[in-house]
Amino acid sequence: MTGKELEGRVLVGGTGAGPVLRLEEPLSFWGGVDPVTGRIIDRRHPRCGESVAGRVLVMPYGRGSSSSSSVLLEGVRLGTAPAAVVLRELDGILALGAAVARELYEQSPPVLLLEAADWEALPEGAEVSVDVSGRLRLAG
Amino acid sequence: MAAANTLETVELTERDRAMLAGKSGEAAAVAMRILVTMAAVYGAERLLDIEGAHIDGCLYHGDSGVDFAELLVAGGARVRVPTTLNVGGLDLLHPEEFAGTADRRAKALRLMECYEGMGCRTIWTCAPYQTTPRPAFGQQVAWAESNAIVFANSVLGARTHRYGDFIDICAAITGRAPAVGLHLEQNRRGQVVFDLRSLPRSLRSASWLLPAIGYLVGERCGNRVPVLLGLKEADEDGLKALGAAAASSGAVALFHAVGITPEAPTLEAALGDREAEEWIEIDVSDLRAGLVSLSTAPGGAEAGAGEGVDLAIDVVALGSPHFSPREFAELLPLVERHPPAGSVEFVVCTNRLSLDELERRGSLDRLRSLGVRVVVDTCVVVAPILRTPAGGVLMTNSGKFAHYAPGNVGFDVVFGSLAECVRSAHAGRLWRDAELWP
Repeated sequence: MTGKELEGRVLVGGTGAGPVLRLEEPLSFWGGVDPVTGRIIDRRHPRCGESVAGRVLVMPYGRGSSSSSSVLLEGVRLGTAPAAVVLRELDGILALGAAVARELYEQSPPVLLLEAADWEALPEGAEVSVDVSGRLRLAG
Repeated sequence: MAAANTLETVELTERDRAMLAGKSGEAAAVAMRILVTMAAVYGAERLLDIEGAHIDGCLYHGDSGVDFAELLVAGGARVRVPTTLNVGGLDLLHPEEFAGTADRRAKALRLMECYEGMGCRTIWTCAPYQTTPRPAFGQQVAWAESNAIVFANSVLGARTHRYGDFIDICAAITGRAPAVGLHLEQNRRGQVVFDLRSLPRSLRSASWLLPAIGYLVGERCGNRVPVLLGLKEADEDGLKALGAAAASSGAVALFHAVGITPEAPTLEAALGDREAEEWIEIDVSDLRAGLVSLSTAPGGAEAGAGEGVDLAIDVVALGSPHFSPREFAELLPLVERHPPAGSVEFVVCTNRLSLDELERRGSLDRLRSLGVRVVVDTCVVVAPILRTPAGGVLMTNSGKFAHYAPGNVGFDVVFGSLAECVRSAHAGRLWRDAELWP
């Protein structure tokens, strides 16, 4: 695979790969994502109706309720969670959901924090893979 | 950027390491691993001791929450500090109140039993600060449930970061929490001043307006620490309503009310002797806008300004946060004068302590005979309790209910004073006291 490599700070480690779903507007998982389908259900969110399942979810930070960790965990259980979560600003709530998923189901999407310039360099739809040390590889 | 998220980044005591190694049992090891991961996420240098916890994870959101609790139970989990429980998914004293499926009911019940089995006190309330004992000034605790967090920090002067599901019980099992955020003195100073002094005195001392003030504070300050300047005569029920609204519309976990809350004897003290980052003047039109955003039913808010709107009311829901004995004492004479119409579902959510007090006073039977449903252990926006089908109009005096009812249970909402709620329930239609409205 050729293409660009970026390095992020690992909040919760793991591996994952998939096409980028890029949200410019933050999303609360609680009340915002249906864990049964993986679809965005927040009617005020511009990407309402799209699915986070299997995607590399690129968003600035999470919004809203602290129960978002529960919704991410439930998504891991049901197989509808994102393949990876890539944030621009520190967000403890999704990292918590991922950390608990790793304890409970021995799997979770990696959660990474990227510098703003690198975070901007992940276009919608690009195929991205994440490794355990926090390296992101964009297909060329 | 550092790629590290390892144990080396967080300074651990010998006891922390022993717990990680499983010397206090498998559940404590799981809890400590999660805490250390989160401490590293937050950039905490160390963990600190806590003296109490309040747990929100006992409310059913899906099977994974039960799986997590079962994992802890199987690992021999016991809480190490006095720990109380937030609302659960059903009213254990009145299980017939539950309108969901048998499967959901069984799982919600199992989740509540798991947390009880870990040694938590089964107070099942979102207002743990109105039971005893409650945290002392300056005490480090780990609380979840947004309205409880804001009350503990602001009104009691206890210290908790904003915790949520899962990390709350990890802190209770280990007696430890990441040394971050509002646990630390330097992060508790006020940042944004909301100056209420241009409001007429009558509005500043109207307790029913406190949720509206809280709601607009939350909308405008996000996750910063607000300072309210010019607030008058707020009692604990008023501060509870204000904080719950601010924690619904924003991520407010601590506010200072100058001359009222313990860390704000003066404006200078509230700001930690620094300049405010932002100074926001609140006038009557802002307050009116706050009231408007609390109602979603068409015309529901504007009607307060005296324009007659004919709006049917299907449900009146009170008690978010849970109703106190004092609030019941205010409610009873109002419903005695104007009992709810048969067509209106009138529900009050509370805890067992308030319920016992009501029974002692002989008020419970009286309220019930007047058509008031009293629900304990849970609440109408987190569990299927309401009998009225979604789609109607729900009236409340709670900023928190007003915020969550449309999304969670599918009702349009109208916000009003307690007296307006009672009179509207009596009439079956929105009743406004134009005298009250700004």
